[in-house]
Amino acid sequence: MLLLTIDWSFIIEKLILISVILGASLGVATYATWGERKVAAWMQDRKGPSRAGPFGLLQPIADGIKLFFKEEIIPTDANRFLFILGPSLAMLTACMASAVVPWGPSIELESGRVIALQVADINIGILYVFGVVSVGVYGIMLGGWASNNKYSLMGSVRAASQAISYELAMGISLIALLMMTGTLSLAEIVNQQHGFWENGWFTWNVAKQPLGFIIFLVCAFAELNRAPFDLPEAESELVAGYHTEYSSMKLGFYLFAEYVNLFISSAILITLFFGGYNFPFMDQVAGSVSPIVFSAICVLVLMTKTIMMILFFMFIRWTIPRFRYDQLMNLGWKSLIPLALVNMLITGAIIIWVLN
Amino acid sequence: MQELTNKRVAVDRKPMTFMERLYIPTIIKGLFITVGHIFKKPATISYPEQQRPFSPVFRGLHILNRDEQGREKCTACGLCALSCPAEAITMEAAERVKGEEHLYKEEKYAAKYEINMLRCIFCGLCEEACPKDAIYLSETVAQANYSRKSFIYNKEDLLIPNPNETH
Repeated sequence: MLLLTIDWSFIIEKLILISVILGASLGVATYATWGERKVAAWMQDRKGPSRAGPFGLLQPIADGIKLFFKEEIIPTDANRFLFILGPSLAMLTACMASAVVPWGPSIELESGRVIALQVADINIGILYVFGVVSVGVYGIMLGGWASNNKYSLMGSVRAASQAISYELAMGISLIALLMMTGTLSLAEIVNQQHGFWENGWFTWNVAKQPLGFIIFLVCAFAELNRAPFDLPEAESELVAGYHTEYSSMKLGFYLFAEYVNLFISSAILITLFFGGYNFPFMDQVAGSVSPIVFSAICVLVLMTKTIMMILFFMFIRWTIPRFRYDQLMNLGWKSLIPLALVNMLITGAIIIWVLN
Repeated sequence: MQELTNKRVAVDRKPMTFMERLYIPTIIKGLFITVGHIFKKPATISYPEQQRPFSPVFRGLHILNRDEQGREKCTACGLCALSCPAEAITMEAAERVKGEEHLYKEEKYAAKYEINMLRCIFCGLCEEACPKDAIYLSETVAQANYSRKSFIYNKEDLLIPNPNETH
């Protein structure tokens, strides 16, 4: 009788959704590596990968196969358990954060059943993302520590201090946003940004919180360990940073987790500031097509926005040189945190005296 | 001290202004430059399919020439070996016997002719020294190989194919 009381279709529905999202985020991450190489090449007047398949589209698969067949080396003085735990943790946390992103509006079937295009609509969604991303730093920390290599250790120390410094500013800039939305649930935040234009102003949060967006974006760069804040793996200083001692698929996991993180962070950035799956004239579109088609369009819109964001991350990476470590800390503690605090105060004042 | 050129520029060590410390205007300026490069034609030459033409003065691997009837021109006079600054060329001369007129142009010929491509500096002095127009530097480069010995090219490696011989 117990088995009958379980809502099996609910479990199956969520399982399908999880596997689709996991597959999509891994797929996008795979092709983000290809895209990154192409963007870098184009910006430097080169061609980029062009041999494996048309336009080099099979290149990421070839890279993956290569990494799988490489010799697996664990240094003799390394802590074996932590050494393997590091990349696993990095990959796990990268995949976990996608659970709360709303990929599209709920579909209402004719039978009355509502299918949510979100794995879990928890009411502390954004807090969950922050928690998971913070655990991601442990992947880098453990890997760097377990390698028993001074470059790895330096890289992981840098990663940890950088992540902690920028998480502060990121959190404070987000508090200003949350004061406006009044909710932590990502689905609710997206619903509030419905459409594009309402009551004489843009509905997307980027127009309501421009300063907060810039602070959040800069901090996202730092959290992702991407240029100009790629100090944890600064090739010219630390050999390869925290993954110096890694080889084979464990190295692949680290590199891959970075791209999965890039995809998820872009999706969350879009969800928080660029209206998620909302697009202009969506009410007119919703009236003229069936709900399933409308949901598909919404998912497509979100994916397009996310890919634009990923491209922006890549453009920045190949434009700006790396910060020096003291510059990084100065920017984080002396500029971004005070700015975020000021932004929070201004937002609070506006909410109390203007919007009331 | 007198300056050699007028290209000296003093390094600007002024502290950054407020606009510069904002970073964002300069980042946008940089983005315009890099994104502009996306639409430029890549400088890449896809090597095996496309090849870049050599310059007319390119000096590559040597060839030993034949005359119109397919006879070897080299007379093993040794002037090339003498002119070679890297001492890469060695040869042994032999006298042409009766019945070999179709093989060698003159009475004396090189029985053995070797160039050590690891020593050769591709200066082209052998080409200039040759009185019989027998040695030329072509537009190919030496193939990579595994052993030092394989870089000593003998006469068979250097001679151009006989135009009269049908394969």
